[in-house]
Amino acid sequence: MMGQRAEQIFHGQPAAGTMAKGPLHVLPGTRQETAAPAAGEDLAAALERARSELSRLIGNEKGAAGDILEFQLALLDDEDFLAPVIKRMAAGEPWRKAWREMLEEEIATYRDSGDEYLAARANDLRDLQMRVLGTDQDMSGIGRGAIVVAADLTPSRFLQISRLGVSGIALSGGSATGHVAILARERGINMIVGLKTAVETLPDGEQALIDAKNGLLIVSPSARTLAQGAERMAHEEKERKAAQAMAKKPAMTADGEPVRVLLNAANPDDLEEISPEICDGIGLTRTEFLFSDGLLPDEETQTRVYERILAWARGKPVTIRTLDAGGDKPIAGVTADGERNPFLGLRGLRLSLRKRALFRRQLRALLRAAIHGELKIMVPMVSVPEEMVQARAQLEKARQELEQRNVPYGDVSFGMMVEVPAAALMAECFDADFYSIGSNDLIQYTLAAERGNPEVSWLADGCNGAVMELIARTVRAGRRLGREVSVCGALASEPAHAACLLDAGVRVFSVAPAMAGPVKLAISRHAMAKGSKNK
Amino acid sequence: MTETVTGKVVITDPAGLHARPAVKLTKLAKSFASDIDIRAGEDGGWINAKSPSAVMKLKARHGTTLHVRATGADAQGGVDALVDLVKRGFG
Repeated sequence: MMGQRAEQIFHGQPAAGTMAKGPLHVLPGTRQETAAPAAGEDLAAALERARSELSRLIGNEKGAAGDILEFQLALLDDEDFLAPVIKRMAAGEPWRKAWREMLEEEIATYRDSGDEYLAARANDLRDLQMRVLGTDQDMSGIGRGAIVVAADLTPSRFLQISRLGVSGIALSGGSATGHVAILARERGINMIVGLKTAVETLPDGEQALIDAKNGLLIVSPSARTLAQGAERMAHEEKERKAAQAMAKKPAMTADGEPVRVLLNAANPDDLEEISPEICDGIGLTRTEFLFSDGLLPDEETQTRVYERILAWARGKPVTIRTLDAGGDKPIAGVTADGERNPFLGLRGLRLSLRKRALFRRQLRALLRAAIHGELKIMVPMVSVPEEMVQARAQLEKARQELEQRNVPYGDVSFGMMVEVPAAALMAECFDADFYSIGSNDLIQYTLAAERGNPEVSWLADGCNGAVMELIARTVRAGRRLGREVSVCGALASEPAHAACLLDAGVRVFSVAPAMAGPVKLAISRHAMAKGSKNK
Repeated sequence: MTETVTGKVVITDPAGLHARPAVKLTKLAKSFASDIDIRAGEDGGWINAKSPSAVMKLKARHGTTLHVRATGADAQGGVDALVDLVKRGFG
């Protein structure tokens, strides 16, 4: 089945990184998380759970992907297929062992059938095997250098895969501005989203080239394509080295205007692998990741996490954003269910002001950690000045709570994200010590184009004039009031957009760690337009 | 009551008996009480037409002659229905 195939090109959208080659690794069944199995489940109950999951998934699928799910569902009612499992159970084997091993044999039969179509279905059997066992996606087979293709990935699965040293990831779902794509940029992982094909139909193990800059997945590339790819990769490598050399130097434009480059961080574990020398501090810490297992960490645990980040920064300023749940970052038990439009719903600070005990718990932990460094608290998703008044009242209350307990705390500055056009237009009316522009939301709210929707994401151009005007306006407001203005959204991490941000007056960039070098390189190549220097 | 009925039909669907046709064929076979077997070509082994796993592994591709054999009260109806399904290209 591995004969000479014709080159096939699949189109998607660029999400992160550049170019790499490697064998395809098709991950089946990542359309949705599976439900957790009940304790003490027997085979009949496991089959029933798998049936209902599949029926639900089939409801959303059409075409090839739907047919393949139908096939999985049919196997669950296939007496001949299940007979060996029943037989082994009758001989006293636990059902899980019997099921796993029977499927393993079946998978081998399919894979070694010498029939291309049947071999491609081996992945579906793997999916079915895992589904009935109720275990998570099996990542064990993913080798270094593989190009992983999947329908979609949850952030937790993405993080697992990103640690395996893969060449790239291509998803048929997702969007270039979605959460997983943001993570990919942070980690410098080549990624394509919105791939126009049913990933289950791609040949597992086949050589491929991922061109993440142009959003292409080239399967079975010809010798000519490979040669062109090698040339491109050599060029990228040269640029990468230039950027790496730049990373530890202070950022400066071609005509000597100093710029500060901060980092976006997700959790202290990620920072361990990064040298603080590449930045002037941390411009954004996303604390949603603390909550990713669905549990809300207590004050002590949170304090220790924040202290670790401050210790890493060695005296450089650290900005930590309070919980930004909701929108595309739902957290079970915290965010509201069933909102018609979660992006315009109860999210960010709006949610924190509803869950005040949770909010103050985080504020107390931040205040306590502030003893150990320069800590800046930033609240997300602010629309009107009254919200900052209320947020500050909660900060004050958190201080009082600590005083009552005789717990020491440090000084913090208290700023806001500017991601709603209303906040950008009226920035000076808000009681904020600093402003940080969240470009992802600012772009989507300004252009009314949902970032998770690949059909309209082309509208979300970062250098759109209206977006730039809102950014420039916020910068001017900050200058008048002597308050720092930074850009921490994905826009700041894109070297191609450095020039237009500099021209809009931005002098503080907060970027994905992997992009510090490339962004500094882009800044060093840009000379300020005449007259904009002291705008 | 135990008569055995046979039939045969050439698979015209370009993709052969892949996932969707295999599911359709087994679902149809299951709607009959009779035992129904199929095989790919004269020399193939008979397999249970009600088992999607077995049908899939038959690797019956475009141009293959599919043989159908049924035993039971509604055997004739079962053979006719299956032959008709394959003729229609599993539509």
